[in-house]
Amino acid sequence: MKFGVVTFPGSNCDYDAYRAVIDSLGEDAVYIWHKDHDLQNSDVIILPGGFSYGDYLRPGAIARFSPVMTEVVQHARRGGPVMAICNGFQIACEAGLLPGALLRNASLQFVSAPVNLRIENADTMFTSAYEEHEVIRVPIAHGDGRYTASEHELDTLEGAGRIVFRYVDAKGEITNSANPNGSARNIAGIVNAEGNVLGMMPHPERALDDLLGSHDGLGLFESILSRVAA
Amino acid sequence: MSDVAPRPGDPAVTPELVAEHGLTSEEYDRLVRMLGRTPTFTELGIISALWSEHCSYKHSRNLLKTLPTTAPWVLQGPGENAGVISIGDGLAVAFKIESHNHPSAVEPYQGAATGVGGILRDVFTMGARPIAMLNSLRFGSLDSARTRYLFAGVVKGIGDYGNCVGIPTVAGEIVFDAAYEGNPLVNAMCVGLMHENQLIRAKAEGVGNPIIAVGARTGRDGIHGASFASEDLSEASDAKRPRVQVGDPFTEKLLLEASLELIRSGHIVAIQDMGAAGLTSSSAEMAERGDVGVTIDVSKVPVRESGMTPYEILLSESQERMLVVAHKGREAEVRTILQKWDLQAEVIGEVIAEPVYRVTEGDRVVAEFPGSRLVTDCPRYSPPAEEDSAIAALRAVDVASIAELEEEKDPAWTLRQLLSSPTIASKRWAYQQYDSTVRTNTVVGPGGDAAVLRIRGTSKGIAVKTDCNGRYTYLDPLNGGRIAVAEAARNVACTGARPRAITNCLNFGNPRKPSVYYQLREAIRGMGEACEVLSTPVTGGNVSLYNESPRSSVYPTPVVGMVGVLESIDNVTRSTFENEGDAILLVGDTRDELGGTEYLATIHSTIAGQPPVCDLELERRAIEALLEAIDAGAITSAHDCSDGGLAVALAECCIANLDAQLGADVDISEVFTGASRSAFFGETQGRYVLSSTNTATVEKIMQSHGVTVTRIGIVTPRSNGLKIRFNGTVIDSDIESLSSAWHNSIPSIMSAPAVAEDPEPAMTVV
Repeated sequence: MKFGVVTFPGSNCDYDAYRAVIDSLGEDAVYIWHKDHDLQNSDVIILPGGFSYGDYLRPGAIARFSPVMTEVVQHARRGGPVMAICNGFQIACEAGLLPGALLRNASLQFVSAPVNLRIENADTMFTSAYEEHEVIRVPIAHGDGRYTASEHELDTLEGAGRIVFRYVDAKGEITNSANPNGSARNIAGIVNAEGNVLGMMPHPERALDDLLGSHDGLGLFESILSRVAA
Repeated sequence: MSDVAPRPGDPAVTPELVAEHGLTSEEYDRLVRMLGRTPTFTELGIISALWSEHCSYKHSRNLLKTLPTTAPWVLQGPGENAGVISIGDGLAVAFKIESHNHPSAVEPYQGAATGVGGILRDVFTMGARPIAMLNSLRFGSLDSARTRYLFAGVVKGIGDYGNCVGIPTVAGEIVFDAAYEGNPLVNAMCVGLMHENQLIRAKAEGVGNPIIAVGARTGRDGIHGASFASEDLSEASDAKRPRVQVGDPFTEKLLLEASLELIRSGHIVAIQDMGAAGLTSSSAEMAERGDVGVTIDVSKVPVRESGMTPYEILLSESQERMLVVAHKGREAEVRTILQKWDLQAEVIGEVIAEPVYRVTEGDRVVAEFPGSRLVTDCPRYSPPAEEDSAIAALRAVDVASIAELEEEKDPAWTLRQLLSSPTIASKRWAYQQYDSTVRTNTVVGPGGDAAVLRIRGTSKGIAVKTDCNGRYTYLDPLNGGRIAVAEAARNVACTGARPRAITNCLNFGNPRKPSVYYQLREAIRGMGEACEVLSTPVTGGNVSLYNESPRSSVYPTPVVGMVGVLESIDNVTRSTFENEGDAILLVGDTRDELGGTEYLATIHSTIAGQPPVCDLELERRAIEALLEAIDAGAITSAHDCSDGGLAVALAECCIANLDAQLGADVDISEVFTGASRSAFFGETQGRYVLSSTNTATVEKIMQSHGVTVTRIGIVTPRSNGLKIRFNGTVIDSDIESLSSAWHNSIPSIMSAPAVAEDPEPAMTVV
């Protein structure tokens, strides 16, 4: 399977995503330059973390106009899998691939720390390798991760099982103190209505090796592999 | 030589103007002799920057020469943008530390951010990809609203810049002491990785090769930043805020990628950051290293605004710019690479055979210096040195006679006070704002002794740390210089890495004062001795003098940035206890050493006494023994015993890992005879707290190196608390109260307001 990692000017987790696919998954990965109109026959697109266009204006607001986004949106509309991580999540929201927006963290500070996530729906193409309500440990590193959407939209997400990850404490409880950025309903990750576009603020590509603290992110990549290959 | 006439519109060069440029009359005479005529305004500006302390090292160069700089693994010593060492497997590490003290004192956010940007550029211009950032910070007391403003601003500036570029900030140190009130120290270190054959030096070569300005446009910001950094801070310094540069980390990220692509392309000969003194110093330094002439046409430099004079263009410190010498005929290729990253590249000059440094504005020559030694032909000084008798008297104070406070009858109270002292307390409040895991190599991040990064594609890792105890150096500069190196080496060795080389950042006061020059001389001597004994040569660094404000002169603070190599990343060792039932061992002897300690400073507000003495030969043997024991797999955790002494070190081993706190039951009656406070809180050097399941092996290895090791206790469940017995006295505390003291201190202090305005009444302008 081939993963295409999009490099926007200011992307800085493109390398991590690329290495994750090759080193931890043993699959193919290519970098896709944002000025190109060619996804190089990638099966899965990763919109990586970073500060595309310096987060100027609003995180993701300029990157959504990058040439390559035309093809990324087409790929998503065709049902192709898209993993939008951190800044990628922000870009996906700006591009209309996912509902809602990511606001400045409630603390007004950048937060870099390992967090606990609960799998809210293990029946997606990104989470099938996990158990429902399993708690995994994955790092976050962002200044604008406070997920927000209208109450109606949040209810819709909730009702359709589209909330995939929530911030929880070590026991798996949804608490305020476990919410690192003030996200509505402790939301850490969602999928679109069709289930093929995932947006999440935490970095699963940084949690693939116990040497670095956790391998809990591996399940995400394995889920995609089994679902897309099947 | 060309005719150089004053440029219409430029001010006449008068003695007042010369003085304003910070040149002494002797230095001005030297300039006139060099030119054989009166300098133009532009030439005066150039020399004022190049001969500033910041660029010329005129008061430190004679001392720096004495430091050891070579070893078989050193590929590049001092004199380049960064030092480089080989770590085997064909790989090399480039690293350097630099100060941004003065800018951060007047504009903390931009001052710190551009400090990060500058040091990043120094490392990637060597051809290395930056893989880690560290920073060594010092502020006044956090009780001051102004200090909280500076601290918060500096931390945010470091975070916003490094996070955006995508380089993990993994380690460092933060110290709070009234001595840094009004003059905080902000030292940033960058570490980069490359293949040995990718090393490139900033040496202009090849007559006819084009000189190209790359990156951001040149504006009017930061003009004379280098000179600003070379004078004492005063109340008038705030008016010099425009001399602080403004950073754009997004452009930096593009420049980083473009520069590495340029270097790998083979189209260029040399590349250097336009850092302090901008275009002037980058072009002069590259010309000097290559022993060639250069000519620069300022009218070709891309500028942000029209009407900039040659003087302004030459001395601007606008950020995110590079100067490149390309192979002749490859200009288009260079431009193509820059265009890919939406950056500019303009040919602004060329390497010439004639041995001159020439600046033109179109056809008009506005500056011309003979020879190519503009930078090293600066004056050098070895001023008088004499210890301040008041400091000698402080050192002679008999601190053992200082009466204990009533509260100290319960030494657990004292321990909690120390754990909550901002210098010792957890710095999570700061480092949680730094992305420490991007690039997915961080094995041990901030909060441990040293940070550890894996080296992908090998079994290796590197450990990095900055250290310095300014209080020791103030009371005893020779010893303080030794300890800065030894402590950094201990921290690196605790992870299982062999200390390999250092970069240093010497933060001192005004060297024209004999007492300051004495401190500088002695501290450098101490560092040199330690580097020699520990086989960790100096590969470069930075000197920041004139760290004085009307309110204080900083402690002499020779910060050391150490890099070590772990042959096997599987041996990486962490600082906190891991298993109930493990034996706790103390490595090293404990002596009655209370002078200059955190205990005296925090509990008794006293800065006095003879600081702990550093025995370098013992340090070397302990490091060898520790590394051997770690290699043998006999050690579970290793923690350096430093600020706050043994009691604080033991407490940190129990509480630092919030996810897995443990207790300990310890008896130190055997290791020391003397006062209990010296046993608990004395800061004897060369000590480590280890936990182990295999004490026999550890003891055997330590003995074979002639290093003292004592089994002092056992790791217990968290609910048993921390017990440290010393004869009849016991520290007996639950873990929660120690943890709360250590983890919550800085967040709680930082919840108080922070204000930019100085709350104190205005001081006399100096």
